[in-house]
Parts: sequence; C-alpha cells; structure tokens
Amino acid sequence: MENQSQKNQSSQEKSLPALHIRDLTVAYQRKPVLWDVDLDVPAGVVAGIVGPNGAGKSTLIKAILNLVNHTTGKVEIFGKPYRLQRQLVGYVPQRESVDWDYPINAVELVAMGLYRQIGWFRPVGSKHRELALKALEEVGMADYAHRQISRLSGGQQQRIFLARALVQNAQVYFMDEPFAGVDAATEKAIMAILQRLREQGKTVFVVHHDLETVREYFDYLIMLNMRVVAAGAVQSVFTPENLRRTYGGRLTLLDRAVDAMGRRL
Amino acid sequence: MWLGNYDSSQVLHRLIRVLTLGDYNTRVVMFGTVMLGLAGGVVGVFLLLRKRSLLADAVGHAALPGVAATFIILMQLGGNPRSLPLLMLGALVSGLLGMGCVLFITRTTRLTQDAALGIILSVFFGFGIVLLGIIQRMRGAPAAGLNSFIYGRTASMLLSDAVLIGTAALVIIGLTLLLFKEFRLFTFDSPFAAGDGWPVTFLDALLMALAVGVTIIGLQAVGIILIIAILVIPPAAARFWTNKLGLLVFLSAMFGALGSYLGTSISAILPRMPAGAAIVVSQGAFFLVSLLFGSERGLIQELIARNRQKRKILRQNLLRALYEFEEQYGTGNIGANQEGQWDYLNDARQWQRGSLYRGLKSLKKQGRVLFTPRGYWKLTPSGRSEAARVTRNHRLWEVYLLEFAAIAPAHVDQGADQIEHVLGDEMVAELEKLLPRFGTPLPESFHPLGSLEEKP
Repeated sequence: MENQSQKNQSSQEKSLPALHIRDLTVAYQRKPVLWDVDLDVPAGVVAGIVGPNGAGKSTLIKAILNLVNHTTGKVEIFGKPYRLQRQLVGYVPQRESVDWDYPINAVELVAMGLYRQIGWFRPVGSKHRELALKALEEVGMADYAHRQISRLSGGQQQRIFLARALVQNAQVYFMDEPFAGVDAATEKAIMAILQRLREQGKTVFVVHHDLETVREYFDYLIMLNMRVVAAGAVQSVFTPENLRRTYGGRLTLLDRAVDAMGRRL
Repeated sequence: MWLGNYDSSQVLHRLIRVLTLGDYNTRVVMFGTVMLGLAGGVVGVFLLLRKRSLLADAVGHAALPGVAATFIILMQLGGNPRSLPLLMLGALVSGLLGMGCVLFITRTTRLTQDAALGIILSVFFGFGIVLLGIIQRMRGAPAAGLNSFIYGRTASMLLSDAVLIGTAALVIIGLTLLLFKEFRLFTFDSPFAAGDGWPVTFLDALLMALAVGVTIIGLQAVGIILIIAILVIPPAAARFWTNKLGLLVFLSAMFGALGSYLGTSISAILPRMPAGAAIVVSQGAFFLVSLLFGSERGLIQELIARNRQKRKILRQNLLRALYEFEEQYGTGNIGANQEGQWDYLNDARQWQRGSLYRGLKSLKKQGRVLFTPRGYWKLTPSGRSEAARVTRNHRLWEVYLLEFAAIAPAHVDQGADQIEHVLGDEMVAELEKLLPRFGTPLPESFHPLGSLEEKP
C-alpha cells in the first residue's frame, strides 16, 4: 500500500519539472541582483549554474531555498511551493560560510543532515551515527570520522559537507561551489557522487566556476548574469554566442539602472 | 589592615564557616550565585559560538533605566520599591527594548552592529543614571539598594530572591540542554539549518532570550556592568580544554559555578567587597589558568609544541648536512679532520655553535650519529636511512618548486627548507607521482653543496 503510493508519487514527479521558477526577482537593499528569472528544469539532470562574479549564482540558490527574501516570483519543487517540499531538498552551502574552528568532529557534522529526520529534542542515536559513518565512507573520509573539523584540509572539509547532504537523502540537491579550491582526490570524489546521484534519478544543481569542465560534469546548464542568459541541455546552450552574452560585454544599461536604484536610497 | 577589624584567628574561623556554608545567609546567597554561574556557563557556550556576546552586554546595560523607572513607579504607587521580581521585570522590558533598538538600527540604516551596540548601550545606561539621579533627589526614597544593580551586591539577597534566581536558572539550563542539538545546528551553520526547514530566526531569538534571562536574574548579584562576564568568561576558559561540545558545556558550567562559589566566599569574608566583582575576578583566574595551561591550544602547550618542532627541524637539517657531506667525501676517514667537518657543517647552515652541538648530541642520543675515535661525526645505519629520507624529501620539494612554481633556483634551497619538515607521507606520494623520473634513487642535488675547500 505504502509502496504503491510511493510509486505513484515518483511517476508523478517524473512528469513534473524538478524546479519551476516564474518571475523571480531578488534585491539586496533594494539593489536588484537577479531579474525576472524563469526556469523549468526537468528531473534527473545534473545542472551547472555558471556566470561571472556577481552574476547572482549563489543568490539564485538562496532565493530558491528562501534564505533571502525575494521581491517577486514563485518557486516550485515538483509542482508544489518550496515550503511544502522542504523534505525533498538537500543543500551544500559554500565551505567558507561556516566557522571551521567550531568544536565538532566529522561524523557529528555529517549527522546534522539527519536532524530533520530525528526531529525536535531527540538526541542523535547510534543508528544515525551509523548512517553518517556510511556517508563518510562514500566520500572516502571514513578514516577521518573522529577528526576535529579544524584539522581537516579544505578538500576534506568539502567532502564532509557533501556527506552531510547525502544523508539528507533528498530528491533535489543544491550545491554552492563544491569544486572551489579542492584537491584532485576531492574533485574525483565529488564527480563520483554526482554520477551516482544522476543514476539514482536525483536532480542536482551545482554552482560552478570552471568552464573547461562544464561538458564533462553536467548535462544541463544555466547561464546566469543577473538574468538567465540561456538554460537547457549543455550541447545546445553551451555555445560561444551564449558565453559571450554571459561573460563578455557588461550590460551597461542594466548596470546603470541598478546603480540609479541604489542611489535613490 | 585590609581585612578590617578581624584578627587572624577570627578570619580563619570565618573562612571555614563561609566555605562550609555554616551561615544561613551564606547558604542563601551561595545557592543563588552558584545557580547563576551554572546557567551563565551553559548558555554562554552557545552565545560565544554564535558570536553574539556583545549583544548580551548591550542588553545588560540597557536594563538600568527599566530598573530605575520601575523603582519610581512603585514608589509613586506606594508599593515596595525594592521588590526584586518587579525590578527584574522592568529590567527585562528595557533590556529587550534596547536589543530591539540595536536590531532595528542595524537592519534599517547603514550603521554596522558594533556602532549600534555602542550607541544603545551607552544611551540606555546614561538614561538609567539620570533616573537614579532623580531618585536620589526624591523625598524619602530608600535609594541605597539601587546602586547594587550597577556594581552587584549579594548581601541584600533574600531567600525568596535566591529561590527565584535558582528556579529561573534551572529553567534556562533545562531549555538549553533540551535544545542542545538544535542550538548546535544553527550556531554552526544557520543557512544549512534554514534550508533544512528549522526555524532559525526563532532559535536565534530563543537563544538570545535565554541569555537575556541570565542577564536579568544576575543583575542584582553581579551588577549591570559586569554581568556579561558570567556569560563570556566560563565558555572562553573551557574552550582551552576541549574540542567536544558536550564537554565544553559541562566545563563551562563548572567554571561558572566554581567562580561564583569562590567569589561569593571572598565577599562574605571581606567586608564591603562587592560580590559581583569577586565572582568575575575568580572566573578571570580560571580563564588565566586555562589560557596558560589549557590542553587545547593553551599558551604553554603551544610553546612546547613549537619548540619540539624547532628541535625536529634542527635534527633533520643536521642529518641532511651530514648526508650530503658523506655523499661528497665518503663515509670512511678521507682525511677530513674534526675541524674540516665542523667548518663544513657550520658553513652549510650558519648554525650557532651551541645549537650545532646540541643537535649533534641529541642525534647521538637517538643513535643516528656517532663520534668516531678519529674525531669526526658519522651517520649510523639508522641515521643514514633517516637522513636519506629527509634529503630525498628536500630534493623532491626543490624540484617541485622549480618545475611547478617557477621559483628562481637561488631561492629554492631556502624555500624547500620551510616545507620539507612538514611534508606528510600523502604529500610525498603525490610529489613522487608528479615527478616520476626521480623514482626511487635519491635525486642529485642540483645546486652546489658545501665543500671542504678553503673559500677565497
């Protein structure tokens, strides 16, 4: 019975876009950083989000997750508003966003991905610790489970962030620059995880900087520069023309308009 | 004498009575302040991790006008103007108002939080002092008790006050421990917590409310100026002893409670010693001891570790110098007398005589080198294999710097020196992969080594 309803749900999810955005505009202190974003991303793709600095890549993710207020627009995950679908969403914030001197070890950090499942007030049990250890194993960090996070390298820190997202067991993942400044072993580990998530039919969004690896890592691409320049299958949108429109030539008129709005304050 | 009118046997007698809680009064006060110390230690840990300690300080200072205004109102209404629960209520209202002002200014203007804190803290406190001035000019006002809210006074603590403080402290500790997991999550990574569906704003507000709670119940005993200390010092001291959050909370609570116990005892023994100041100074002593002797990055621990590393580097450099000496002149007696070798080693690194000798002695103790009857130093077999390893790491690193970091050859030797001592096995393996042509045998040094020849 329960299996039946799960099957129904998953077949229904397949037909719906994993992410549906209409008219999303985000402004920091009334200064717009994202204009009129419309997106429909199908389920089961690994999607790169690329664009120059200040293009609003992280902001897009934060707006979807409701971490910044958006001025207008609606965001839907599998056809329902985000706030009803939170349990389907996993998140890997930028590594620099936390204090790595915090008194906690790797396995405890990974277990944070299970807190939602554990629920209010209840402590982390041995069952959950095992799940966290398994996730650490998947990212090749099993040997470091009880190491203080301050004593891990940057790449290792990134990997336990990923492990924390893996235990969330989400359908849609948002990863903010997981490849930034990591070593070769970590890069390989992340690629393997993306591959496996794709095989499991999950949808993954990855903010990314390195254009050279776009074709290798992603099958869907969102090109962003304060607005969506292009979005679609990598083969069709990753073109010199779109790259020029994303990176080349600043949008002088848009810049000036934004400046003027900022000054009016 | 500074102890007042007691002679020494009286002081001792009194000391014992205080420390064993012989007096009813001491028992009451001790109960109140120790509970306060426990609560401050527990909540303070999360406040420190959330980096919000100064906000709690602002709340403490902003409480003064509330206390004074409540006093005036109670007098006008003919109530008891020293009723602690009502004065605390007034403190709470104006403290929260102050915190609200800080948040309002930070969010709506370009001022940063530190400026907003400075403004609100001083303006509210100043306003409170103005109100105290007015009270002193009022007829028949028993204003003496009010000054205790600034500097802290425990002598006037009644049993009902202590029970109130103790109950509130228990509630605060209980809530914090109940929400241990949630507080850990949002103080570490609030964007992730929010994305995961936790009400981060609510948790943040709740943590602040608990900190405000400690501030308010501690106002009378510790005073407005120093109240922040019982939230900050114990967790900061405990941080020098552990990296485990659970243990950190426990230790912090213990430091808080012990500081209260000591401080209250001191103030009970010494006449006119304000309890708040004594508590804070006692906690400060714990902090100082932790800072110096703490097992996690305490200063002395760090110093020892740094020294050990320095000695290890000295030994490794010496091993390499000896290895390179033997590379050039062989291991037998090739006529190199003690003088010649000594000069060679000295030239290699410009060691001070003392450290060169110390290094050789410690290598000898480890069995890495021996002093031959012919009067020169020689590597033992174990010393040679260790020296080969060290020299190899050094040269691999030199080649890496040359090939991948484009550093001028003249600088390479120095550059390699800094790093080679910290290369782990993992990094050496990676170097080997990057530089396959330097496989197993030792690469030759590509800059001239020192020599026995006379220099022009």
